[in-house]
Amino acid sequence: MSDTLATLSGVSKSYQKGKEVVEVLHNLDLEIPHGDFIAIMGPSGSGKTTLLNLLGGLDKPTAGTVRVGDAEISSMSNNQLSRWRSSHVGFVFQFYNLLPVLTAQKNVELPLLLTNFSASERAHRAALALGIVGLETRTKHYPRELSGGQEQRVAIARAIVSDPALLLCDEPTGDLDRETAVEILNLLQLLNREHRKTIVMVTHDAQAAEFATRTMICDKGTLEHREAV
Amino acid sequence: MKYFGFIWRNVWRKKIRTSLTILSVFVAFLLFALLSAIGYAFKSGEDVADAERLIVIDKISLINPLPFAYKNRIAATEGVHSVAHASWFGGYYQDPRVQFPQFPTDPYEYFSMYPELKMPQTWLDAWARNRQGAVIGREIAEQHGLNVGDRIPIQATIWTKADGGRTWEFDIEGIFETEDPRGSTAFLLFQYDYFDEARAFGKGTVGWYILRVERGADPVQVANAIDMQFANSPNETETSTEAAFAQSFAKQFGNIALIVTLILGAVFFTLLLVAGNTMSQSVRERIAELAVLKTLGFADRSVLGIVLAESVIIMLIGGALGLSVGWLLVQGAAKTMAAFLPGIFLSPEAMLAAAGMMIGAGVLAGVFPALKAMRLSIVDALARG
Repeated sequence: MSDTLATLSGVSKSYQKGKEVVEVLHNLDLEIPHGDFIAIMGPSGSGKTTLLNLLGGLDKPTAGTVRVGDAEISSMSNNQLSRWRSSHVGFVFQFYNLLPVLTAQKNVELPLLLTNFSASERAHRAALALGIVGLETRTKHYPRELSGGQEQRVAIARAIVSDPALLLCDEPTGDLDRETAVEILNLLQLLNREHRKTIVMVTHDAQAAEFATRTMICDKGTLEHREAV
Repeated sequence: MKYFGFIWRNVWRKKIRTSLTILSVFVAFLLFALLSAIGYAFKSGEDVADAERLIVIDKISLINPLPFAYKNRIAATEGVHSVAHASWFGGYYQDPRVQFPQFPTDPYEYFSMYPELKMPQTWLDAWARNRQGAVIGREIAEQHGLNVGDRIPIQATIWTKADGGRTWEFDIEGIFETEDPRGSTAFLLFQYDYFDEARAFGKGTVGWYILRVERGADPVQVANAIDMQFANSPNETETSTEAAFAQSFAKQFGNIALIVTLILGAVFFTLLLVAGNTMSQSVRERIAELAVLKTLGFADRSVLGIVLAESVIIMLIGGALGLSVGWLLVQGAAKTMAAFLPGIFLSPEAMLAAAGMMIGAGVLAGVFPALKAMRLSIVDALARG
């Protein structure tokens, strides 16, 4: 097996904004090895989230190719991308994006509805994921009954429950106080080090970036490497 | 099925809104049940009609009588197996509001013509022997607590007696039932001979003739032959099948089917707007959640299916409740209204149609919001938050 999990080759992405074409990413190349933990920083509108969307198969490049594992996801249809996402990638968002009508346990089980697991197997796996993020006692709680940090932990459990190789985190601590943010970052570090999850994290926070193994700066559609301190 | 729990929770996301929508669906299907049952009552005459029975009435109007002398001529027509006759009496029992049909007829001819009416031969013979005898249907007997041997007065509203009296007294000689569950027994039969002799006017006439065609004979040809015989006479006839007769009789009250269809059309159109609005709101306020589902790997068609299923479930809950309460009300109405509107019945076909309408209305109400959810761009939706 190759050491590289994801490769972006000559990737450009532009959007139509009215009559104007805005190029967000320009001829970008990037290799992400297995087990990497990359922080991507940069000013607003620099294309960080777009890069994350391309890696996660939520969006397609205007030019170039995106390869994750053995799959060239940039050439997949929407249905193929849906199937691929369900088992290969986990997403963590700034505002958690949990479903308010479901308990923590059911939120975590959600991605497993797309598998052939039985109800008891789904429950078992969701409980395991919640155990990893330290929320085994909060399984029956609804999102409104949890703190921001706990909600984000549930979101992380949901992201890892189908055991994807790649975790994409978009400002995962952007809505949390410093202390809670550190807890979440420690958890991501744990997932990277002990569970071998490859993590790409977009952040504005230099302190958060320090938890990654390397940091890249996204600016004006290009990426620059910066070694972790 | 594994999505059901998730869909169910989404349905009850806004309890008050969902409850109000379900209430509107409930009312729509309650109305559907009641109007269907009433429509069925008006149509039941056609449904229980016998294809081999023809009805001969006056060509101008059902209320014009036909000469009794026609009977033998009709019986002699080629293809006619047997003939009976009946007339509308239009009286009431005890209270003008307590009305049920009464028909003077010939005992043996009538029961021979309607073999679905069942009564012991001894009662039929007793009635035939007693000129003031009458037989009543089971529904009338139960409703008024009447038994064989009772003597009942019927107040005439049309047929005064030759002595000026309006009270016709009858001895109940038998109680008949019907084998056909859709058929009515809410009427009284009494002897034509007594009626014709005692009435003040209209002697020697009958209301209509009922005839049975011979096996293998063409009912249309027989009907034409009868009408031809009486063409250009003072009492021209119109002969039709029993079903056509029942249909034209029901139409005296208006086109019930059309009225029912128009009312239900308006109700269901409003229902679609209400339910469609609910589903649109529901989708609009959870754009981000739907985007998250898609992010997790739910395919476009799964998202479409989830939203449609929510809409259909709301319809099924409200519809099933409306239909159930409607069914209970129809059971009660069928008993209390048996005398003047027999045959009120919520048929299995109507219930099946209602189930189809619930699913159809659910799909229609949910299809546009569901398509919107399906076509949602994940990136745009997440960016909007």
